Amino acid sequence: MIGVISYLVFFFTIALILSITVLGLNLQWGYTGLFNGGVVAFFAAGAYGLILLGGPDRAGEFGGFGLPYPVALAGGIVLAGLLAWLVALASTRLRHDYLAIATFGVAIAVESFARNAEYLTGGAKGLRGFQRPLEALVGSNFGYSLLFLSIVLVALVSVYWTLETVVRSPFGRLLRAMREDEVAARSLGKSPARVRLQSFVLGAMIMGLSGGLYATFYAFISPQDIAPILTFQIWAMLIVGGSGNNKGAILGTLIVWGGWVGSGWLLTEIVPRHLQIYAGSIQYILIGLIIVLTLLARPKGLLPEELAISKLADASRETLDREPAD
Amino acid sequence: MIQSLFDGILVGAILSLGAIGLTMIMHILRFANFSHAELLSIGAYSALAFDGLLQALVPALAQKFPALSLTVSLLIAIVLAMAMTGLSAIAIDRLVFRRLRENAGPLTMVFASFGVALIVRNVIGLIFGLRAQHYGSDIAFAILVSADPFLLIKPDQLFVLGVTLVLMLALHLTLSRTPFGFALRAVSENPVLAQVNGINLNRMIRMTWIIGGAIAAVAGILYALNNQLSPVMGRDLTLSLFAAAIVGGIGSIYGAVLGGFLVGLASSLALLVVPAGYNPAIPFLIILVTLYLRPNGLFGEAR
Repeated sequence: MIGVISYLVFFFTIALILSITVLGLNLQWGYTGLFNGGVVAFFAAGAYGLILLGGPDRAGEFGGFGLPYPVALAGGIVLAGLLAWLVALASTRLRHDYLAIATFGVAIAVESFARNAEYLTGGAKGLRGFQRPLEALVGSNFGYSLLFLSIVLVALVSVYWTLETVVRSPFGRLLRAMREDEVAARSLGKSPARVRLQSFVLGAMIMGLSGGLYATFYAFISPQDIAPILTFQIWAMLIVGGSGNNKGAILGTLIVWGGWVGSGWLLTEIVPRHLQIYAGSIQYILIGLIIVLTLLARPKGLLPEELAISKLADASRETLDREPAD
Repeated sequence: MIQSLFDGILVGAILSLGAIGLTMIMHILRFANFSHAELLSIGAYSALAFDGLLQALVPALAQKFPALSLTVSLLIAIVLAMAMTGLSAIAIDRLVFRRLRENAGPLTMVFASFGVALIVRNVIGLIFGLRAQHYGSDIAFAILVSADPFLLIKPDQLFVLGVTLVLMLALHLTLSRTPFGFALRAVSENPVLAQVNGINLNRMIRMTWIIGGAIAAVAGILYALNNQLSPVMGRDLTLSLFAAAIVGGIGSIYGAVLGGFLVGLASSLALLVVPAGYNPAIPFLIILVTLYLRPNGLFGEAR
């Protein structure tokens, strides 16, 4: 029984950490219509930033400053934001799909950097030996798992609350206005390029927070943890749950992560041993199918975006039913 | 140095061919197709399958061309793979992109193209295995052209360059001399006006997929001849193809050709100064510099 509970705690810890990344993507894609082709890069920036700043001293190599946990976490978040700023500044003024290409590229660059810059990232071995916050105060492993789950929960609730506040604020209305009709927004004196940049950087910083929590949980980060498939998984979670809806983003994360873990377990059970190397391919195909089929059949996801319409606009509500963005 | 230049031109030739189809699709259908590089894989693996099939049916086709590791059967297989890849491109368009074109925006097509790429790549892995493969089992011997400066060339590599040049010339003549070429250019300039003039837009889109797919197939086969076949070859080439298309300017076929050579040369020369592990990041730097300095590329127009 305790085994089941401790597995559930583990499952929800990872799922909720990932759902924070999905919330960041929801701000970028769901509310602003920005395509992020390299989610994993910003997740990685948060994770590596945290361990470099807060980790133990590494003899003869850079990093390991042993800074207090909150400072190190914030450093990782800032690093993710800077990376996003560098990429988005080059591309948010341009054709909309340029951001997709540039972010896809930054993920590849970050991965090759993580694999090769041993003096900084530990190369393929990664960075280990991180001291998790408050771990010394809690005696048992299980107790710490529960404590960490509640830390993640607090982080998730804060991000959720912040995003709900943002999207209901005038800034949030502006994001949706631009997504739907950029020319109209511009005619009202708004600067789409700047607003897109802000939204993209904020979303990336949320992904950085998520990466930082992930690295904290494992007290370890390596290139294995930032494989390109993570980006695909995060999208699948968002699109299944419903982009433009923060509750949907969290729901989608739980469903897709549950499906991923479940299918992984099922495949190890039913696939013969000598074919096990293909189990990963099957899981990747499932993720690809989820993305393509959801886009084709149910593009709004399980929980579609809630339309925010002024009470004064009751009369015209019928005509405001959203058309697909062109 | 000379060797690096030669290798860069060779890689560049392959990237150019791949980028031509990509830039055509990005221009006419107005979306960045992240599954384009998978067409290179489809081409390379179809050629492998057809090659094996032909040799099994007619063993005499295993005859090699002098000095090359290329067999008669592979040469026929290349043509079949071009057709196969063009048809696959149309099938993918029918199943996914055309529906999204009608009901959703271009970014949704970008989104879907990521999913398509993931599916195609892993289905290829399931069918053909995850290991790297080669068309023949023989090792192609390189010829020492000159010892100082050092230059090794395989006859196969000259074949790769030759095929690329012939294909580019054929495409150039088609686009600049035939009614079909004019129609295609008209569609990419102004789809609405082109339709007013009686050009069938859907037919042009189909033709673009066929041509882009067929050229991508050749690029994939040449890549496999020069390196090896692997299910992740598309994933490894995607960023370089985008870099080539962006440097050249989206929509410009001549730009894509030049961009391909530039990216190939840059990646090859970078090996002289930067450790090889960083090589995958080079196209990203090229993209970033282009977007900052000359966002419409060398030959692209602002849109």
